Amino acid sequence: MNSDQHPIVVTGLNHWFGAGEARKQALYNVDLTIERGKLIVLMGPSGSGKTTLLTLIGCLRRVEEGSVKLFGNELYGATEEMLVLSRRRLGFIFQAHNLHDSLTAIQNVRMGLEVHGAPTMKSWRPAAERLLSILGLGDRMNYLPKNLSGGQAQRVAVARALVGNPDVVFADEPTAALDKDTGHEVVALLKRLGEVRNTTTLMVTHDSRILDLADQIITMEDGRIVRIG
Amino acid sequence: MTAFLNVLFGRLPIGWLQLTHNRGRLAAALAGVAFANILVFMQLGFMGALVESAKLPYRQMAADILIYSSDTNTLSDSGTVPRQRMFQALSTPGVRTASAVYIGRIDWDRSDGVTSNMQVFGIDPDKQVFRSPAINSRLDRLKLQNVGLIDRKTRNTPKDVLAVIDSGKPYSFEAAGKTLSIQGDFDIGAGFDADGYFIVSDQTFLNLFPKRKPGAPNYVFVTVEPGANPDVVAKQLRSILPAKDTIVDTLEKAAVKDQTYQTTERPVGIVFGFGVIIGILVGIVIVYQVLSTDVADHLGEYATFKAIGYRQSFFLGIVFEEALLLALLGFIPGILISLVLYKVAAVATGLPIVMTALRPVGVFFGTLLMCSASGAFATRRLAGADPADLF
Repeated sequence: MNSDQHPIVVTGLNHWFGAGEARKQALYNVDLTIERGKLIVLMGPSGSGKTTLLTLIGCLRRVEEGSVKLFGNELYGATEEMLVLSRRRLGFIFQAHNLHDSLTAIQNVRMGLEVHGAPTMKSWRPAAERLLSILGLGDRMNYLPKNLSGGQAQRVAVARALVGNPDVVFADEPTAALDKDTGHEVVALLKRLGEVRNTTTLMVTHDSRILDLADQIITMEDGRIVRIG
Repeated sequence: MTAFLNVLFGRLPIGWLQLTHNRGRLAAALAGVAFANILVFMQLGFMGALVESAKLPYRQMAADILIYSSDTNTLSDSGTVPRQRMFQALSTPGVRTASAVYIGRIDWDRSDGVTSNMQVFGIDPDKQVFRSPAINSRLDRLKLQNVGLIDRKTRNTPKDVLAVIDSGKPYSFEAAGKTLSIQGDFDIGAGFDADGYFIVSDQTFLNLFPKRKPGAPNYVFVTVEPGANPDVVAKQLRSILPAKDTIVDTLEKAAVKDQTYQTTERPVGIVFGFGVIIGILVGIVIVYQVLSTDVADHLGEYATFKAIGYRQSFFLGIVFEEALLLALLGFIPGILISLVLYKVAAVATGLPIVMTALRPVGVFFGTLLMCSASGAFATRRLAGADPADLF
C-alpha cells in the first residue's frame, strides 16, 4: 500500500494494560487504513479503546503486538530516534490543553516550532502570531495559561499543534473544553487544512455536533472496530 | 533577562521561566541551596582554622630547618633533643646559625577567673629566632629575669591587660609559683592547642620549669647560609645526626607534618573531617531534593514536550539551565552569610576562620556539579517512559 496516500496503516494491533492478574486487553486485532487529507472521527463509549489506539499510532505509547505503519515506517520495535522523528511530523491536541504553565501563549506555540530546529525559528513569531490571530487570540498572545479561559487555552494548544505544519494531526476530544461555535470553528479549521494542505486528522470525540464535518466515522466498542462509515 | 538567556542558550530559556514562574518556590529552592553552601562553608572554615592555626607559630619562626626529637608529633607535644645537636649542626657546612628553643605550657590564671592555657617559648635573647620585628626589637628586655612577651591575640585577653602593656608599663602575674612580668607584645594567634603564646628567655624558661634541663631543648632552629639550599643542608644534617632520636626537616615540611597530624590523628581533626563529609552529604541531599522536586513538578509538561518530538537532551538542557541558575543565585547569599558567620566565629573563638581564595570556587563548582547530577538523575524517569504514561 502506498504510504504517500495512506499515512496510517494498522494491522492486527493488540494492546494490554496492567500486569499479571490485572492484565487487561484494551485492543483486539485492530485493522485500520487511513487515507491522506481526510478528517477521521473515532467514536465509541468510554473505555472502548479510542484513546489507546490514538496514542499507539501517535508514538505516545509503544506498540506491543501487531503492526502500525506511520508514513511507511513500522512503529513496532521502532528505535527512540525513529519515534522522535515521527512525532515531529505529527501535531497533537490533547484533551487537557497541556500547555506549559510558565510560558505565555505565544511561547507555548513557539515550542511547537522550535522542535524542528534553527531553520524554522527565523520566522517563528509571524507564524505563531498569524495562527493565534486566526484562532481569535490576537490579543491574548502574551498571557500565561492561568490567565486564559479553558477554551482560549485549548485554542493555544491547537495553534501549538498546527504551527509546525504537521502531516497528521491527532486530537483527543479537542472540543470538550470549547463552546459549540468555537468547537465547530476549530474542527472546520482542521477540515480546511486537509483540503488545502492535505493534512490528515484523526480525532477522538463524543461531540455529535461536529460529525457533519467528518470524512469518515470509525466506531469502536470494547477494543474492537465495529463500524467504519 | 529572558531575552538575554534566549540569546545565550539559543532557545527559549524554559528553565529560567519555570524557576521564576513560582517566586515562592524559587525562594525556597534558593534558600535550600544557600543553606547547603553555608553548611559546607562552615565545616570547611572550621577545618581550615585547624590547619591554619597549626601553621601560625611556624610562620613566625626565623628558621630554614628544624631539628627535633623523633617522638614529636606537634609543636605542643614535642620531646627533647640533646643540645649537642645544636653544636653538631653549627659545624655542618651551609649552616649559618643554630639556636636551641625550649617549649613548655603554663596556666595563666587571671584575676577575672579565666585561665588561659599558654604555650611558652624559651629562646636565646641574643639570637633572632622569630621573624617578627615586634619580638626582635624587644629581645633586650627578655634578658632580665622573669620578663616575658605576650601574644596579643591570646584568646579572651582582657582589654585592661593589653592597655597596661600598650602604655609601656609591665603587667605582672603569678605563674608556676613565679612572678612573670610581661613587657611587650607580638602577634601569633590562638589555636586548638594553646590559647596563646608567651616568649621568654631560656634562663627565665628554666626558672619557670625547674624540671627542664638546659641541655635538652625541644627544637633547634637552623638557618642556612645565603644561597644554600635548605633541602640539601637538611639532607647533610640528616646524615650526621642520629636518626633514632632526631628528625631534621625543612620548616615547611615540619609545619605540614604537624598540620597533617593534627587534622588526621587528633580527635579534633577527625571530628572536623567528619563534619566536612557530613556537611557535603547533607548539602548534596538538599540540592538533590530541590532539583528532583522541580523535575517531578514539571513532569507532565516535559511529557507534552516529549510527545511533540523533543529529545532527552532537550530536557537535560532545561535541567542544567536550572542547575546553573540555582547554583549561581543560591551561592551569592550563601557566601555572603558565610562570610558574616566566619567573622562572628573568628571573633568568638579567636581562631583563624577565614575564607581562602579557592574555597568559594570549589564550593560553587561542587554545587553546580551536584545540581546538574541531581537534575540529570531526576530526568531519567522521563527517558524510559512513554509520554502517554506521564500526562
